[in-house]
Amino acid sequence: MSRRRKALNGYLFILPWLIGFIWFYVISIWMTLKFSMSELKVLPTGGYETAFVGFVNYIKAFTAHASFRQTLVTSVGNMIIDVPLIIFFSLFMALLLNRKFKGRGLVRAIFFLPVILSSGAITDALNRSQALMNGGLSQVSGELNSAVSGGMSVAYYIGLFENLAVPTSVLEYLVDAINRISTIVSASGVQIIIFIAALQAIPPALYEVSRIEGATGYETFWKVTFPMIMPHIITNLVYTVIRRFAESELVNLAYTTTFTDLNYGLGAAFSVVSTLVVLVVLAVTVIPIQKHTFYYN
Amino acid sequence: MNLTRKMNEIRESNVYFDRVNRARNGTKELIMKLFRFILIAGVSYVILAPMIGILTSSFFSDSDRYNPIVFTVPINPTLERYATAAEYLDYGKTLGTTVVYTLLLTLIQVFVCSMVGYGFARFEFKLKKILFACVILMIVLPVHTVMLPLYVTFRNFGIGGSTTNLMGTWWPVTIMSCLGTGLSSGLYIYIFNQFFRGLPKEIEEAAFVDGAGTWYTYFRIMLVNAMPALITVTVFSIVWQYNDTFYASLFNVPTDTLLSKRISTLMDTISNVKKIYDPSLLTLYLNAGIVMIAAPLVLIYVVLQKQFIEGVERSGIVG
Repeated sequence: MSRRRKALNGYLFILPWLIGFIWFYVISIWMTLKFSMSELKVLPTGGYETAFVGFVNYIKAFTAHASFRQTLVTSVGNMIIDVPLIIFFSLFMALLLNRKFKGRGLVRAIFFLPVILSSGAITDALNRSQALMNGGLSQVSGELNSAVSGGMSVAYYIGLFENLAVPTSVLEYLVDAINRISTIVSASGVQIIIFIAALQAIPPALYEVSRIEGATGYETFWKVTFPMIMPHIITNLVYTVIRRFAESELVNLAYTTTFTDLNYGLGAAFSVVSTLVVLVVLAVTVIPIQKHTFYYN
Repeated sequence: MNLTRKMNEIRESNVYFDRVNRARNGTKELIMKLFRFILIAGVSYVILAPMIGILTSSFFSDSDRYNPIVFTVPINPTLERYATAAEYLDYGKTLGTTVVYTLLLTLIQVFVCSMVGYGFARFEFKLKKILFACVILMIVLPVHTVMLPLYVTFRNFGIGGSTTNLMGTWWPVTIMSCLGTGLSSGLYIYIFNQFFRGLPKEIEEAAFVDGAGTWYTYFRIMLVNAMPALITVTVFSIVWQYNDTFYASLFNVPTDTLLSKRISTLMDTISNVKKIYDPSLLTLYLNAGIVMIAAPLVLIYVVLQKQFIEGVERSGIVG
């Protein structure tokens, strides 16, 4: 087969996606940018009209809107707390689940259950009923919350650590993390699976060599396992950031501003700002890690 | 003589050390096992507790709900919650349409995304790197960035002069899936690309030598070999499509055809029609509804779980 013919076939294979990408992404991104800089009016006939207004919507978003700035800060803050915890937790669980033990299949099935059940619909419905849920973890976490504020024994331990000169910010992070256990566990399903897959893909010969050379378990982890799964840490990082973000309040706000309040220009501006924020977060976290990543192949 | 005694001594001491070592290793292993067991049991509890809570409380009767002693296990179990929830969800019919919707989109997604992934994995053409970067961009870019333009596009859908309103139909989602830009399509393309790149080139070369064309090779040979990736993507696609509310509400897919949309109004409907105003009772109906919605997914997962996890492991995602 000639080279040109092969190239043509390649284009044919990706053609559907190419059309879709240009139609629904390239044009749409351009339209979002345009909407965010204009006043949009829906005509009674069903069409719409735009009038260019410059950066008014962006200025409004940051200076006039009641809750945008706050939502932005909380969403990013939640992401900063959640993402590292999810990555560490899923890596840790993957290491545990990668060993052979009885009932491993069952445990893996349980760990992946939240992915199956954490649908938008079910979580929405659950959030509404969570306060009344019987025997759920939300109650436990609520109790922990009240214990923290009510000055029960938890406060005593916090005070103890404060006396040991553990920085308050670290303590706050830890308390926050404990409050988030259920969120973190249920958001780690896919990541655990990816890490397990990555661990399985490490050539056993590497472990054999390190054993023959007399490496300890600790050394083996840091010199063999960790470098080998570095690329997948990046994969998981990207996936987690995107997922956390897609479920955040910010997206909700953009959605309601656009479709409930029918403030199209402002909603588009929210979308643009929040997308830029995500891209910045991704760039800031991924690029430094990428520099230290070792690619085996 | 002296030498033999010394040898024996050394041997005995070795045996002794071995025994000590073995005992020490045994204890260490036991502690590790215990630690692992506690950790796994704890995390499993965190995952399962709310689900068990939902499942058992869906059998609560009114008296159980108001009885402060009742915890998790109902005293007077009832199936009334299920009957009512099924009635107001129109369960049989809605489940039917939801399954058709999910399977239709999954089939399209698997078909299109595997093709695109194969195109990226096996052919050399100009701009390939940039185009693949666009696939990555599609994964990274949150969908909500383009939600308003998508809405506008399908609200006034048309090529050329005349436009039609496709809101409230299945068309927008179907068209997007057909063009490889549906729900999580970027991720599926990525998975297929990684998988096809991992398959040995010899398979295709053999097919070409035997006179098979590109398309024949792809459909009859490569797809068959891509089973693990196919299963992975199918499970992901079914689960996410079944659970999706974002696209469904963006394109205003009719509420009575999708369970995921119907569940969100279940509590209000029952409250209005049956004149029940106590939210703690309404939650019981909601829980029954959730169990009924989740049941088909759990069933699929139980059946495909082993293949699915193995599929991911056999370089479905990890290239």
